[in-house]
Amino acid sequence: MTVTDVLGFTVVALRGFRVRTVLMLLAMSIGVASVVVLTALGDGARRFVAEQFSALGTNLLIMLPGRSETTGGPPPLMGETPRNLTLNDALALRRIPGVRWVAPISLGNAEVSLGARNREVLILGTTEEYLHVRGLTMGQGRFLVTPDPTRASPECVIGARIREELFAAQVALGQWLRLGDRRCRVVGILGTQEHSLGVAMDEIVLVPVVFALALFDKESLFRVLVEARTRDHVERTRQSVLEVIKARHEGEDDVTIIAQDAVLATFDNILYALTLAVAGIAAIALAVAGVLIMNVMLIAVSQRTPEIGLLKAIGAPPGQITTLFLSEAAMLSTCGALLGWLAGQLGVWALARAYPQVPIGAPLWAIAAALGIALVTGVAFGILPARRAARLDPVIALSRR
Amino acid sequence: MIRLEGIGREFRVGDQLVRALRNIDLSFEAGDYAAIMGPSGSGKSTLLNIVGLLDRPTTGDYYLEGQNVTDLSDGETASVRREKIGFVFQFFHLVPRLSAEDNVALPMTLAGVAPQERRSRVSEVLRSLGLADRSRHRPDQLSGGQRQRVAIARATVMQPAVILADEPTGNLDTKSGKEVLHILEGLNDRGMTLIVVTHDSEIGDRARRRIGLVDGSIETDLRQR
Ligand SMILES: Nc1ncnc2c1ncn2[C@@H]1O[C@H](COP(=O)(O)OP(=O)(O)OP(=O)(O)O)[C@@H](O)[C@H]1O
Ligand SMILES: [Mg+2]
Repeated sequence: MTVTDVLGFTVVALRGFRVRTVLMLLAMSIGVASVVVLTALGDGARRFVAEQFSALGTNLLIMLPGRSETTGGPPPLMGETPRNLTLNDALALRRIPGVRWVAPISLGNAEVSLGARNREVLILGTTEEYLHVRGLTMGQGRFLVTPDPTRASPECVIGARIREELFAAQVALGQWLRLGDRRCRVVGILGTQEHSLGVAMDEIVLVPVVFALALFDKESLFRVLVEARTRDHVERTRQSVLEVIKARHEGEDDVTIIAQDAVLATFDNILYALTLAVAGIAAIALAVAGVLIMNVMLIAVSQRTPEIGLLKAIGAPPGQITTLFLSEAAMLSTCGALLGWLAGQLGVWALARAYPQVPIGAPLWAIAAALGIALVTGVAFGILPARRAARLDPVIALSRR
Repeated sequence: MIRLEGIGREFRVGDQLVRALRNIDLSFEAGDYAAIMGPSGSGKSTLLNIVGLLDRPTTGDYYLEGQNVTDLSDGETASVRREKIGFVFQFFHLVPRLSAEDNVALPMTLAGVAPQERRSRVSEVLRSLGLADRSRHRPDQLSGGQRQRVAIARATVMQPAVILADEPTGNLDTKSGKEVLHILEGLNDRGMTLIVVTHDSEIGDRARRRIGLVDGSIETDLRQR
């Protein structure tokens, strides 16, 4: 029997049992479509997060004092007391060729007060480069200007919430605030911001870094943000930064450098795992479709017992009967899988239209896996019924009417 | 060409042993026209199924054209059936969703005969059985007599040496029963061995040889003329 004949026979058989065929196709295509749509959603979320991170700057390196063996972990609490990470260390990094911005950060809490109103706020001391590194937007006024970062000019930029709470309807620009035991003049107000790396920028007061160090009476910086010129520069920059620090710290590279990439990779891994999990759940639908195919094929075998008997009587060997029934199962699952793929793509397209800001799209591996599983389950679950058909006793098969 | 030696067939039903055939010795010459007759349950169908290699005897040996076919595998019996044996059944057993011509072509399709040759042989056989204008009809669009003629066309399209018919007229009215019988006899005239199982003594009387089965044993074996 030629392949064309097998396919022809199969198509006629599938057309002959239309309701059954349509139901099977439906089951299979729902399975495949759900894998496609769900992985598209999962992967869309993953890429959305990645894009958000890129907006923050994937070229970013975060340096903190103290060495840690594992990247991304906190600096060691015990053991050698780390050398200070000083402002001069940070400024030395500016000379590295691949570096675009260096923003030293000193962080601490202090009481801010205006007349009788006061509250605790987070004070972040930095330089003008912080504006670029973080991509902050200004509401009013200007950002800190620090042509000489070692000078502590008494200026501050305040978050939108702080302005509201301290000044209410009053004009804030040009006013003097008391910060701990010092005073500074408000030169700018931040625009309303989203959280930036976990810091609520609306409730922060930014001051020149030396001002903050003096306020907190500290030598060491909290962090240094280093932005490389391009993503490709990140690794080289990281090496150079370490070398510079080593040279300045008597041969010890006692700092930890976290690449934004590493943080992104963590998120990426989590969301990837999530996508896999969702795909796995959707794959259960596929397995269900496979079991359904087996059931329906078993019913088909008992419905078509006389036909099987006849095929045997006119000379079909058992192998041929197996082939005929397997090809029915295979054709059902192939068509079902293709339909499901189409439906899935349609769903993905609709979702992408509905949420244009999220880059929704099923990854290729998911589509390939869905189609593959559909075919394999279809055929695998078709084997049992096909073999049952092949083993039927022709006399008994023919005697049944 | 067909030789049965000491054929027995037993069925086990629960703990009861049903002996459907007992020690049958029987042979058919090429071109024979035999009717197998006997009361219900006497083993006629069982005998025909064994001759047609659809069933295996419990004891004895079966030689077909000199070859011992008793112990062939399922695949081998299938190919013997395909090449040498044509079946005609009481209930026609046409595939309901296939047209008359596709039903007739089915044995050739299974055998892998090329489509053009299939077509020409099918139309030739259908024409010779007066079904040329019915070739595209499905079985449910045909009368009983026409269905049985399609079944005969299917049984003969591979040019088998033997036609085995189990009650071929059992489901037909007298007139179409006669037609079907004439067609089968016409095939026999052209040299095919014809073995018919029947209840109807009128049909049995037409055969050149009448074999009477009672309770699984051959009771009579008469040749006319
Ligand atoms: N598959 C089977 N299992 C058990 N017993 C069977 C089976 N097939 C046939 N028999 C028994 O074998 C005996 C002969 O049956 P067979 O069908 O050959 O009779 P028959 O002569 O064709 O009868 P009828 O004229 O009614 O068709 C019967 O007693 C029947 O019950
Ligand atoms: Mg019978």
